[in-house]
Amino acid sequence: MKDDQNGAPRTMPIQSATFSNSVNAEIRRAAATGIYDIRGGGAKRKLPHFDDLLFLGASISRYPLEGYREKCETSVTLGTRFAKNPIQLDIPVTIAGMSFGALSGAAKEALGRGATMAGTSTTTGDGGMTEEERGHSNKLVYQYLPSRYGMNPDDLRRADAIEIVVGQGAKPGGGGMLLGQKISDRVAEMRNLPKGIDQRSACRHPDWTGPDDLEIKILELREITNWEKPIYIKVGGARPYFDTTLALKAGADVVVLDGMQGGTAATQDVFIEHVGQPILACIREAVRALQDLDMHREVQLIVSGGIRTGADVAKAMALGADAVAIGTAALIALGDNDPKWEAEYNALGTTAGAYDDWHEGQDPAGITTQDPELMKRFDPIEGGRRLNNYLKVMTLEAQTIARACGKNHLHNLEPEDLCALTMEAAAMAKIPLAGTDWYPGKPGTSY
Amino acid sequence: MQTFDLEAEGLRALNSTLHAQAANTNQTHWEIVNPKGSHAIAVGLDAPIEVDIKGSTGYYCAGMNKQAKVHVHGSVGPGTAENMMSGMVIVEGDASQYAGATGHGGTLVIKGNASSRCGISMKGIDIIVHGNIGHMSAFMAQSGNLVVCGDAGEALGDSLYEARLFVRGSVKSLGADCIEKEMRPEHIAILEELLKRGECDAKASEFKRYGSARELYTFKIDNAY
Repeated sequence: MKDDQNGAPRTMPIQSATFSNSVNAEIRRAAATGIYDIRGGGAKRKLPHFDDLLFLGASISRYPLEGYREKCETSVTLGTRFAKNPIQLDIPVTIAGMSFGALSGAAKEALGRGATMAGTSTTTGDGGMTEEERGHSNKLVYQYLPSRYGMNPDDLRRADAIEIVVGQGAKPGGGGMLLGQKISDRVAEMRNLPKGIDQRSACRHPDWTGPDDLEIKILELREITNWEKPIYIKVGGARPYFDTTLALKAGADVVVLDGMQGGTAATQDVFIEHVGQPILACIREAVRALQDLDMHREVQLIVSGGIRTGADVAKAMALGADAVAIGTAALIALGDNDPKWEAEYNALGTTAGAYDDWHEGQDPAGITTQDPELMKRFDPIEGGRRLNNYLKVMTLEAQTIARACGKNHLHNLEPEDLCALTMEAAAMAKIPLAGTDWYPGKPGTSY
Repeated sequence: MQTFDLEAEGLRALNSTLHAQAANTNQTHWEIVNPKGSHAIAVGLDAPIEVDIKGSTGYYCAGMNKQAKVHVHGSVGPGTAENMMSGMVIVEGDASQYAGATGHGGTLVIKGNASSRCGISMKGIDIIVHGNIGHMSAFMAQSGNLVVCGDAGEALGDSLYEARLFVRGSVKSLGADCIEKEMRPEHIAILEELLKRGECDAKASEFKRYGSARELYTFKIDNAY
């Protein structure tokens, strides 16, 4: 930087932390267009997360299991409270609900293939059940959503479980949006709407409004399906203690809890980044609700929102979850945001890893699109193989950690196995700060 | 005719008995006594049978019905015939909120009044109401027909898609993107058939038609209020 005309050093230009380049760019974009930003994915801001927890491992006071030899079980049974036919999974990592419409039929098929090979379940989404998904998913959870697009009793009976979606982590309190670019003939027919128009999914259910109604709604669904199917209730990470309590009161077999890192096909960026809580802050509160009603493990808890590795799986389970669900990570395993499409991401004004305009239907990887030419790029068999590999790696990683903590089942991991790296994580997860026996809000302490 | 005492035998036995009826069953006519406002009566039926319910019901009576004709000789609670696929549901009395919600097909006839959110998110069902309907009816209604022989409450047809709304009486207010439309001969013909099916003696010429202005079909800033 040159000195000024008198030879004196200039003041160093400093970028504002408040008005950063990205903030300013968004202000300019808003000023130019007059419309808020819609995108897919979950919260991108840095949040307290599983990375802020560590396992302590075994030492003199804890006895580890041999890493490569001794058995460490991974199976989980979901829906043991009321359902005649609970779901048995080999691994506690499930595939979260993603719609046909948001994803191509081939991508749904790949999710089914990969999950089935790995011994776990997939989940439908807004828009109904496709043959690709039912045909390739050994265990399929059928979402019961406010829109009821494609909802019918035959598919309810073909499902292995029913998930009543009250909310999701990316947008607790918000409905869905599928823009017209992705409304192909097939999508339009399944949703009983005109081709090419923007489709809105309601933010609340049309025929029940509170927990008392929900209890009766669950009765109806159980009667229609002969009390065979586990009934899940999915909520976004808003008020996890009360939402879990009310879900239990309404008769849920399984509670699915989705933090703000959980993805969506499309909603307002301001919604994704500013509504809801990170999953780390939600798990212990949901577990507390289960324990207060003496239903921990009787009603299973599935958590989602930013699960990426076997370490995340193990940490979620140590905090009390019975299983986890992955969405964004599964799409990345299939090939979403792969750098091999970098030139095309650049042409769309983005870069690999940051691409989130899934709603526009121009996904270079051919996954979040209904464009026939782009869809040809995605091979569902190869996608299924990759997802299976990824699920296997996550499971092996979680087992490695569990053995190191002396646990012969992933479900035996417990909060006592963990410490927290930050005050925020300690407070949210109710895990002692590393090097202490204390966390903010710990009962019996004055802070 | 088979008679089923709901109070004595219970809901589970009722629904599993009705579900067990095959398409070629000889037991085609059932009478349910002592419903006493119970919920989820005759839900998920899938056979060409007739079910007469002698009294009033609670929530979700005849929910997700296929093929069956369910006749309620009383009033119904919320969500009657919700998500119906085919068949017919007739209510002699009044219906609480969400009647016919998200129905994909079939016919729902309400001979009394219907409360709020009648036909919410309907997807192909035909609903004929002899009396009045409450507020927010036909919200986000996608397809099918809603016939109201009396008056409609506030915000009729808010965020409507392609469903047709026929109202004989007054409409307290129209919801966003819902407008009155011309009643052409083809609409008169559709309405006459619906009135006949719904055992309603009103004249088609007395009705006005309402539908979507289709201004909300594409997301744009002027719609984001």
